[in-house]
Amino acid sequence: MTESELQSLIVQLLGEIAPEIDPKQIEPDANLREQLDLDSMDFQNYVIALHEHTHVDVPERDYAKLQTLSGAVAYLKSRLPSD
Amino acid sequence: MSFKPIRKVPTKETLAPNLLDYEALRSDFSWDSARRELDGLPDGRGLNIAHEAVDRHAQGARRDRIALRWLGKSGRQRDITYAELAGLTNRFANVLQDLGVAPGDRVYVLAGRVPELYIAALGTLKHRAIFCPLFSAFGPEPIRSRLSIGEGRVLVTTEALYQKKVASIRNALPHLEHVLILSDSDTAATIPNTHDLGTLLNAASDRFEIPPTDPSDPALLHFTSGTTGTPKGALHVHEAVVAHHITGKLALDFHPDDIFWCTADPGWVTGTSYGIIAPLTNGITSVIDEADFDADRWYGVIEKQRVTVWYTAPTAIRLMMRLGLDAVKQRDLSSLRFLASVGEPLNPEAVAWSDLAFGRPFHDNWWQSETGGIMIANYASMEVRPGSMGRPLPGIEAAIVHQTETGTIELVATPNQEGELALRTGWPSMFRGYWNEPERYQACFTDGWYLTGDLAKQDADGYFWFVGRKDDVIKTSGHLIGPFEVESILLEHPAVAEVGVIGKPDPQAFQIVKAFVALKPGHEPTDELRRTLLGFARSRLGAAVAPKEIQFIDKLPKTRSGKILRRLLKARELGLAEGDTSTLEEN
Repeated sequence: MTESELQSLIVQLLGEIAPEIDPKQIEPDANLREQLDLDSMDFQNYVIALHEHTHVDVPERDYAKLQTLSGAVAYLKSRLPSD
Repeated sequence: MSFKPIRKVPTKETLAPNLLDYEALRSDFSWDSARRELDGLPDGRGLNIAHEAVDRHAQGARRDRIALRWLGKSGRQRDITYAELAGLTNRFANVLQDLGVAPGDRVYVLAGRVPELYIAALGTLKHRAIFCPLFSAFGPEPIRSRLSIGEGRVLVTTEALYQKKVASIRNALPHLEHVLILSDSDTAATIPNTHDLGTLLNAASDRFEIPPTDPSDPALLHFTSGTTGTPKGALHVHEAVVAHHITGKLALDFHPDDIFWCTADPGWVTGTSYGIIAPLTNGITSVIDEADFDADRWYGVIEKQRVTVWYTAPTAIRLMMRLGLDAVKQRDLSSLRFLASVGEPLNPEAVAWSDLAFGRPFHDNWWQSETGGIMIANYASMEVRPGSMGRPLPGIEAAIVHQTETGTIELVATPNQEGELALRTGWPSMFRGYWNEPERYQACFTDGWYLTGDLAKQDADGYFWFVGRKDDVIKTSGHLIGPFEVESILLEHPAVAEVGVIGKPDPQAFQIVKAFVALKPGHEPTDELRRTLLGFARSRLGAAVAPKEIQFIDKLPKTRSGKILRRLLKARELGLAEGDTSTLEEN
């Protein structure tokens, strides 16, 4: 997957959890929990959804790396086989 | 699988627990003697929470001890000594006075865990106004309803929270006279119809004498939820500090050199009683972490700050379990002496795991917004029975009761028999009313007992065990959510005909909020509409209250009188027998 494909996937999954958000408003380097008003359960559901769609295993200790949109793209990119 | 009791050898502890012999202390205890551990206002001018928490230490030997150690999200740290805290809270009290706020007026705070929240809370108490915390993850509607019910005159909040959640409802709050804004930057906030808090604090004097305060003067307003109707504001008085202080000592085992960390947000009662008041009245150092839960960050806080007593919640403990033992073992957490948990029952697996992980078990305890402080607890000196909430505090009489057909109370004497958990009235932190709702308040009491709404049982040795809620209130991530508050908002959506909201059991959060929705004719139960409703609920209620799941159904089960049968929805959700359906409406 390309970076832009990963980005749209992440935005789509966030939209399932917090449908009220406007994808255009997401700042890539800002904390997603704060920007989108996600509580800890929402955040966990987001991580689970990322795993289900990319099959990338995300151990709990890496959760912090998924806290921003750009961080999540980079994290997944580094763990997915390159095409 | 059953879990063995975790035995204690209190005499082997280097620091003897304050409550060493439960039976002996219980029989010797009196609230009068607990009251004598506090100073009272000078010259017999009464009892004020903020004097016990701040001023008496600022004027004494502990004046230079760190009262609050604040850890910012981005790594900043701010230490506030008792002497400094006295000056800062004096300034806030003077700000209220200069604005013409009267004793008894309600001062609300809507903020994350920032130092100004703590300063505002204690300064409000000095001024003898009533402090009411709002959880920062509430959406505009829970904020509006709580401000409106409590007729809040002052709101302290941040620039971002004001713009996001308050600006749109400001016109609907006629009682709200003053909004004090905490700027998000180094320059003063310039939002119309608000004051910049920093400017006001700088201009105010740091000297303030707490006026005479009667122990029965109102001090704290904590909102909680019932099955029906609007949220209820449980009112507490200054005398509650007697319970805050002594339960800190007995249930959380505070010792003079402790570094204490209560992870609860002051938006909920635990974060006020034990995140603000109890550690300060005991003169110890209280750690505040602004960031949200992250297991590894938390272990780092304990390791670096040398936390000795840690009070947290089951949801966090279960998430730590998922992260596993390795993450714990990499850290030096040897400073920890006592671990406690509250919010919902701590499952026995988590108790056993914590003993393995930290070398010390979490001690579950039980209380509510209405009780103001810990009522039933597992103690440092006493065997822990995993899954049990423990035994009543000295001074607290708890029982399992049944209500008879004539409305009187019958005590359940047989061990292990289920009933409603009740507390004999008269402890100092008992709530003194629901704001402006005397009837709802009266309905909580029968024959000198406060009926908690929780179902429990008591074993032959006096340990209490939580069974469930008597009503339909939802317990999620340590918070109580009223189904009615969620249903009312969903009903405002034009596509929605009927809604029933339940707590769906969840392995992490205990329960999650789930809504069953029946649509009006002309609307199709599509995935898109489900998402629209979810977004609608989230933007109105906020993440803390909005449903996590919405399911469409054709028709909601109701009684003949038209009341939605949430229990039946829950039974169906769980695949259980639906029980007696004789009162169901005929299809």
